[in-house]
Amino acid sequence: MSPRTLYDKLWDAHVVRAFADGSALIYIDRHLIHEVTSPQAFEGLRLAGRRPWRTDTIVATSDHNVPTVNRQSIEDPISRVQLETLAANCKALEITHYDLADPRQGIVHVIGPEQGLCLPGMTIVCGDSHTSTNGAFGALAFGIGTSEVEHCFATQTLVLHKARNLCVHIEGELGPGVTAKDIVLYVIGVIGTAGGTGFTIEFAGSAVRALSMEGRMTLCNMAIEAGARAGLVAVDQTTIDYLRGRPHAPQGTLWQAAETAWRDLRSDAGAVFDREVCIAAGDIPPQVTWGTSPEMVVPIDGCVPDPADEADPVRRQGMQRALEYMGLAAGTPMRAVNIDKVFIGSCTNSRIEDLRAAARVLDGRRVASSVRLALVVPGSGLVKQQAEAEGLHEIFIAAGFEWREPGCSMCLGMNPDQLAPGERCASTSNRNFEGRQGPRGRTHLLSPAMAAAAAVAGHFVDLRELA
Amino acid sequence: MQPFTRIEGLVAPLDRPNVDTDAIIPKQFLKSIRRSGFGPNLFDEWRYLDVGQPDADQSARVLNPDFVLNLPRYQGASVLLCRENFGCGSSREHAPWAIADFGIRALIAPSYADIFFSNCCKNGLLPVVLPADVVDELFRAVAATPGYRLTVDLTTSEVRTPEGQVHGFNFNPALRERLLQGLDDIGATLAYAADIRAYEERRRQEAPWLFGR
Repeated sequence: MSPRTLYDKLWDAHVVRAFADGSALIYIDRHLIHEVTSPQAFEGLRLAGRRPWRTDTIVATSDHNVPTVNRQSIEDPISRVQLETLAANCKALEITHYDLADPRQGIVHVIGPEQGLCLPGMTIVCGDSHTSTNGAFGALAFGIGTSEVEHCFATQTLVLHKARNLCVHIEGELGPGVTAKDIVLYVIGVIGTAGGTGFTIEFAGSAVRALSMEGRMTLCNMAIEAGARAGLVAVDQTTIDYLRGRPHAPQGTLWQAAETAWRDLRSDAGAVFDREVCIAAGDIPPQVTWGTSPEMVVPIDGCVPDPADEADPVRRQGMQRALEYMGLAAGTPMRAVNIDKVFIGSCTNSRIEDLRAAARVLDGRRVASSVRLALVVPGSGLVKQQAEAEGLHEIFIAAGFEWREPGCSMCLGMNPDQLAPGERCASTSNRNFEGRQGPRGRTHLLSPAMAAAAAVAGHFVDLRELA
Repeated sequence: MQPFTRIEGLVAPLDRPNVDTDAIIPKQFLKSIRRSGFGPNLFDEWRYLDVGQPDADQSARVLNPDFVLNLPRYQGASVLLCRENFGCGSSREHAPWAIADFGIRALIAPSYADIFFSNCCKNGLLPVVLPADVVDELFRAVAATPGYRLTVDLTTSEVRTPEGQVHGFNFNPALRERLLQGLDDIGATLAYAADIRAYEERRRQEAPWLFGR
């Protein structure tokens, strides 16, 4: 057999039937669901008189619209109905559901890996574009729409067209203070927000191999922000060590067999990619976005760009609109931009390593008095427990942060955690779209350590210069 | 699913690249557990001057008179002309639900985000891809010609202009067939139930840990 990419291997292993037009029926091993994109799929199933094909592959959690304080009674009646609908659907069909009372509840893309529900070699779907996160484990993981959720419920498969292979090599050592978040923002800045459309992106190279699983998840999480439905990282010892002993990871002789199989989950030497991008890790400075698309990103020591320098008229107009929306003038140094709120959380950056990085910056420091609200929202109940066991919550609270219950929170503001119109936020989340964190709110994406540093300074700051 | 064969309709232009699904239908409306009723909140933050809430009376909202879909000349549009990477971001199928509920039957753009494209096809909303220069030309024609209409014909895979120009477009044959006939995807897949079971048996031997509990 000719050399194959990791994506080729994952695809080949899941083809139930190939069709003449190049599409294929692909088997799905893990189906994660949450309250927002599942109710219509359950209803469709019911109306058609169908049952789920394999309920043991489905795991549910409530994350998108859950409050992060006072969770005993949910005030918003519409949110409450959605949460109750998920609970009722799961109960009726005997689907595992981590509800708000369960310490395993949390952001769907955080709890899957944490529980060992998402394993190398699997196909993993969820009605959520950031399902790409799980690709960090050498699994083919991607977001789907609600019709596909229903299709997967009913058939355990999806009809898919194979994507093309894109490899992003990141070689060398990262500079001090530079994290996985900076890598992925930099990559999006290079290839653009549609640069990965139609591709699966494999992140490779020594800088990726040196990352923890948390860092790899951050990379793959934002593959979708480069337009790719799925991101991938090859399996290595770091992957194996992370999974060993997780509640749903195989055990005993099954573990041995699985580990052997998983070690082949990497692109073969000589495998051909449709496109390759090479980036020197040492060239990546800490990043911060200035506009309303993740590709609108500059180094922390850079300035807001000038649309006049953009040759393409459609792009120039987009930049002008973004500047107007963000309330920024071209040429302004990013370090001169003041912030109103800080959000540390989301499926991109709410894992234990992210909280440790932020806490290291905040230890012995205080949030600037000009910052109206600084929030830390752990990715899951277990991340929260771990952080509390390490005393991180005390550092956050002493610095002036609010320490909240797990959920998606201000990443998309479906719950009460939102920006007010015109407010500017340093956010560790993944999307700086107009209105994403609240109507007319202004979002700047950056790493947890950089968000913590901005909280202390009251404006964006190069963490490497923080005294 | 509502089949798509051919429509002839008024064209509205949305002249922005990278329109994301958060802009198409903001998060507060995703709390609904239904598939319908999203049309009044399509492009909510651009379309209205006040902030929309899912339980509020939509008829009392303050329209943004400058937003293109509020202009009298585009009322009743069924074709939306868009720029590159339309529908990027969140996988929410509420985006095509809102567009279809508003009355749009076909989109024309140089490119779409992958998940959004797939979601459109599941809802009888046709995402036509035309080259960027042709789309540019159409934007100019729409701006210059009040009441500009196009025919979008999936039976021939063509967009036809009032001036008689014909722009052919590519569409995956299997997807095209499903859209033309409004087929139920799940029913079609369940015809392969025996293949799915055979795959499971084979896979259970290779990777038994995937069939644990």
